[in-house]
Amino acid sequence: MASTPNKPVASPAQQGFVFLPLIAGWLIPGAGHFLLRKWGRGALLAISIVCMFAIGLAMQGKLYANAHDILEILGLLGDLGSGLLYLVGRAMGLGADSVQLTVADWGTRFIVVAGLLNIIAAVDAHNLRTGRKS
Amino acid sequence: MFSPSHFTAVLLFGLFASTVFGITQRETPQRMFRYGLYCFSLFVGSAIVLSWVMYLIAR
Repeated sequence: MASTPNKPVASPAQQGFVFLPLIAGWLIPGAGHFLLRKWGRGALLAISIVCMFAIGLAMQGKLYANAHDILEILGLLGDLGSGLLYLVGRAMGLGADSVQLTVADWGTRFIVVAGLLNIIAAVDAHNLRTGRKS
Repeated sequence: MFSPSHFTAVLLFGLFASTVFGITQRETPQRMFRYGLYCFSLFVGSAIVLSWVMYLIAR
């Protein structure tokens, strides 16, 4: 009697909507890795990105809200990378309206780079989900 | 308001960016740590070298 070949069983991390870790990781830093049970990596990513964003705000950095010129558009795109951190910050009125101090300029860069790093982390979670990275 | 010195800001920036680079660009924990350390030393080292270059140019 011929036996049927065994199908490979997908792990829980490999089930469900393939873009979920990407979207979750974008909205909440580290969440994409948490969904894939990469607890240590997710925690370190979350701490790094949230701390960078918070320190930027503490340095009176600016959250971009308008898109009048190309530099503001790029800054806004970087800020949007932080996901809910940016949206909540905007809703609460956090961040300076205009940059008047050197430290505030550094703070603005911290906030933008936190968003860009969060995008890298979210893409990493997507690569883990698709098996492109282990 | 948090008002760090320029060098402290570089250290903080390098620490957070290197952590994310290390985790996302390498696969094993040991290689992640080594790559993160490498990125951090490049961040801080290049800041120190460029600072000296600008100091010497300004004289």
